[in-house]
Amino acid sequence: MLDKNIYLILIISLVFAISFWIGFNVNLLPAEASINAPIYDELFKILFITGLIIFIGMTIAVIYSLFKFRKRNDQIGDGIALEGNLSLEIVWTIIPSIIVLLIGLYSYNIYDRMGGMKELNHNHEMMSSNSEKIWAGISQTSDNEIAINNLSIEVSAMQFAFLFNYPKGNFISGELHVPVDQKVSMKMESKDVIHAFWVPEFRIKQDIIPGQPTILNFTPTKVGKYPIICAELCGPYHGGMRASIIVEEESDYNEWFNKNKKPEVNL
Amino acid sequence: MTISIDPQETNNESLQPKGWLRYFSFSLDHKVIGIQYLVCGFLFYLIGGTLASAIRIELASPMSDFMPRDVYNQVLTLHGTIMIFLWIVPVVNGAFGNYLIPFYVGARDMAFPRLNAVAFWLIPPSGLMLVASYFVEGAAQAGWTAYPPLSITTPQSGQIIWILSVLLLGGSSIFGGINFIATIIKLRRPGLKLMQLPMYCWAMLGTSLLVVLSTPVLAGTLILLSFDIIANTGFFNPVLGGNVVVYQHLFWFYSHPAVYIMVLPAFGLVSEILPVHARKPLFGYTTMVFSIMGIVVLGLVVWAHHMFTSGTPPWMRLFFTIATAFIAVPTGIKFFNWVATLWGGKISINSAMLFSCGFIINFVFGGITGVALAQVPFDIHVHDTYFVVAHFHYIVYGGTVFIIFSSIYHWFPKVTGKMLNEKLGILHFIITFIGFNLCFAPQHWLGLNGMPRRVAEYDPQFQFVNQISSLGALLMAISTIPFLINVFLSVRNGKNAGDNPWNALTPEWLTSSPPPVENWEGEAPLVEEPYGYGKEISEKK
Amino acid sequence: MTTLDSSKEIQKNNSEVNETHEDFRMFGLITFLIADGMTFAGFFAAYLTYKAVNPLPDGAIYELELPIPTLNTILLLVSSATFHKAGKALLKDKNSDSQKWLFFTAFLGIIFLICQLFEYFHLPFGLTDNLFASTFYALTGFHGLHVTLGTLMILIIAWQSRINGGRLTSHNMFPLEAVELYWHFVDGIWVVLFIILYLL
Ligand code: HEM
Ligand SMILES: [Cu+2]
Ligand SMILES: [Cu+2]
Repeated sequence: MLDKNIYLILIISLVFAISFWIGFNVNLLPAEASINAPIYDELFKILFITGLIIFIGMTIAVIYSLFKFRKRNDQIGDGIALEGNLSLEIVWTIIPSIIVLLIGLYSYNIYDRMGGMKELNHNHEMMSSNSEKIWAGISQTSDNEIAINNLSIEVSAMQFAFLFNYPKGNFISGELHVPVDQKVSMKMESKDVIHAFWVPEFRIKQDIIPGQPTILNFTPTKVGKYPIICAELCGPYHGGMRASIIVEEESDYNEWFNKNKKPEVNL
Repeated sequence: MTISIDPQETNNESLQPKGWLRYFSFSLDHKVIGIQYLVCGFLFYLIGGTLASAIRIELASPMSDFMPRDVYNQVLTLHGTIMIFLWIVPVVNGAFGNYLIPFYVGARDMAFPRLNAVAFWLIPPSGLMLVASYFVEGAAQAGWTAYPPLSITTPQSGQIIWILSVLLLGGSSIFGGINFIATIIKLRRPGLKLMQLPMYCWAMLGTSLLVVLSTPVLAGTLILLSFDIIANTGFFNPVLGGNVVVYQHLFWFYSHPAVYIMVLPAFGLVSEILPVHARKPLFGYTTMVFSIMGIVVLGLVVWAHHMFTSGTPPWMRLFFTIATAFIAVPTGIKFFNWVATLWGGKISINSAMLFSCGFIINFVFGGITGVALAQVPFDIHVHDTYFVVAHFHYIVYGGTVFIIFSSIYHWFPKVTGKMLNEKLGILHFIITFIGFNLCFAPQHWLGLNGMPRRVAEYDPQFQFVNQISSLGALLMAISTIPFLINVFLSVRNGKNAGDNPWNALTPEWLTSSPPPVENWEGEAPLVEEPYGYGKEISEKK
Repeated sequence: MTTLDSSKEIQKNNSEVNETHEDFRMFGLITFLIADGMTFAGFFAAYLTYKAVNPLPDGAIYELELPIPTLNTILLLVSSATFHKAGKALLKDKNSDSQKWLFFTAFLGIIFLICQLFEYFHLPFGLTDNLFASTFYALTGFHGLHVTLGTLMILIIAWQSRINGGRLTSHNMFPLEAVELYWHFVDGIWVVLFIILYLL
């Protein structure tokens, strides 16, 4: 009996060890290029390890039973007439409930850190029609970070392109340029069908919906060029609906900005 | 004992075609209808599988080069719609439900046999209509979710036919659901208590409740959508002041329960198969019943987890995260109970058993990715990517389709009186299991790294992994060959099965194989312990 | 409704095992009505959501006149009562009384439909004018369809309850009871619809 328990403990620790090892050493995610990304990856790691423990554990249990309790040729009759075990069943109701609850609380915390629970407001000086209703999005703002130096961009999506309007410079670009380490605030609206704005390296996605503006705020942290991908089926060329986001040093960004800037049209 | 048969009905009976011809007739026999569902569903499975192969061929290279882009979207829409509405739902509910439920409740037929036949005969025409729409002006191309405004702006005839056909299939499913509820609640043999029913009855009761409560909402939604398309109303058309997100809420109010409509019956079937081949009672009958009902209740209040990146306010995102994550608890209980059923048994390793165990492993994997997807911050990155595709194929293919095969191996001797060939069966399992995992496991990585779903072209860096996935799809296609050969050979000259080759205790095995027209020669047996394995008394009976 | 009738035959058919069962056709009908009710629930949910989140364009008319719908509510409530009378009469084998009540009920149903059409033709908005208009017509139209079907079924059972050769007798109450339940259901939906659409 003692033997059996030792084996059990051994196997369980092995499952844990393997899961932790895989969780920490196998990277399944693309580069981290925004404040969101490391937060996301932390959640991913926890979910990955928990999932692995459960999956490996269950698989071992199934395969072991198939092997250990297989019917040998000389055997007749049935297995034991065990119809249930209330305390065991209570255990495997309560433990998963606790795990699920903890994961839920933890992911709430993550979501909060990503700015998901913030009031959705778009700091846009130019178009502040108060009546406009913002429907959804992620508003990654920390409280001390007021809207003075952040970047406001208006995104419009259509079949099959993204257009980025820089109201301060009064120009429209097909490529999204942003300075590194500064908060970007985007208001997005679609001209025809539903699209979605997704940058895998930033771990953010938001649908762009016709008739209902959405908000997406983020802060890039790594200089480079990343794909912007439309993630909602939007027609035949959906797969080709991509753009690039170019994260650059502030000086480079300013140079690009000034080159494209058009003088304000005075009405 | 006298059997009073209505003379009129007997006359009808003799007018009914005999032999294989009756499978093409408006038969009222629940067993015939069950087989009709199964074979019809399987034919559509072959069509849907062909479409899937076309998708995987297209995706073997990063360019859109195998078919035109709009055809690709049609193929993908037809694939999803056919697999869900014409294969999984009819087979796992209609086929096995019709065949087994009357046996399990000790009845000679379903509560409303004519309604039952109508429900089945709605399926072939609507399915054919759907397929035919491709040859008219092109099929629908807005995906099986048919999100407006895309579904309003793509060519109309295909979309309208799609709506019509889904409405008819929904109607069929509602009729079936009503029939199952009435049969299970009202048609039980005297003396048979609810808590003595085989687990599949409970699963079908839960499923049918979901069908009855949620399918009508889909019907209403699609009617509104069709108005938008043909009558120029603006329910979901933003140009006319409509709201596209309302469609998504209404659609997922049906379509999340629909995933349980596809998987709960499989839960029921595996609960029948495991005890028989493990020679052990089903572990924790009562908790199983409660967890099914828990899944039904929770399943109705989690729909917005499909809309986390849509127009969903933060509080809603949070509520649906918690609700969804909690579905894992009753689902988990069932899986632990199944493993406990295996534990200490005398397990025959045969095709039915292998497919069931494959189901457990695959579904656990899909369930785990499901719980991850339920977390808003996690889902925001992978929503609408190949990660989601991988998730639901682990559930629907690795789960339900595996159980459909397992059930075919298990009940084939019942239906035909012949055994299937075990060697071919195990070969079928091995190729399917390897092919399936090869096809879908890599897709998790694709999704995480930036490949969206429903695309015909993609970033060349994903080519290699996509080719692995396509290779897996090829294996899956090949795996149907040993299966078809097996069925074909066994029907013609398989080994005789006898009445009860598995020595099973559930009621359908207590009659001859194949069963007589009214299921039992005499009175229906009262089976108080459908899982009484290992007990001396039940052995003797 | 042949589908419903057939269960009776099968019941006979199914020897003594099933004969001990009570009549479960009513149960099937109730399940069906629950499903039907869910369709309406979906429509109501959509209507209320639109009302909450989608502002109508300026100048859109969404005030409805109350007299006709109020009259309609009364008509339907009365018709539920007259239907009940018909059932009572049939139970006492007073077939011709029953038939009279049924015809009167159908008559009320027809008046309801006429009033509904009258309202449609005098409304200041059409089907595609705005979201409110579309949802209004979808809801009332879908309900009107139910009333139409109900009226037809009432006429059929009224014909069936004729004295010579009618199938509807105090021994075979099911068709009447089924249609009655359906009719009460349609009334109930109307009351909800009246409150949500006209009063709120
Ligand atoms: C029980 C059987 C299950 C089935 C048949 C199933 C099926 C599906 C399907 C078809 C989708 C994709 C819908 C689409 O976007 O077109 C999906 C997505 C999802 N599933 Fe499951 N699922 C199941 C179990 C679970 C479980 C156990 C969970 C969580 C506890 C879960 C959570 C999710 C979530 C959150 C999504 C949304 C992912 C997204 O679109 O971003 N599922 N599931
Ligand atoms: Cu797009
Ligand atoms: Cu879902």
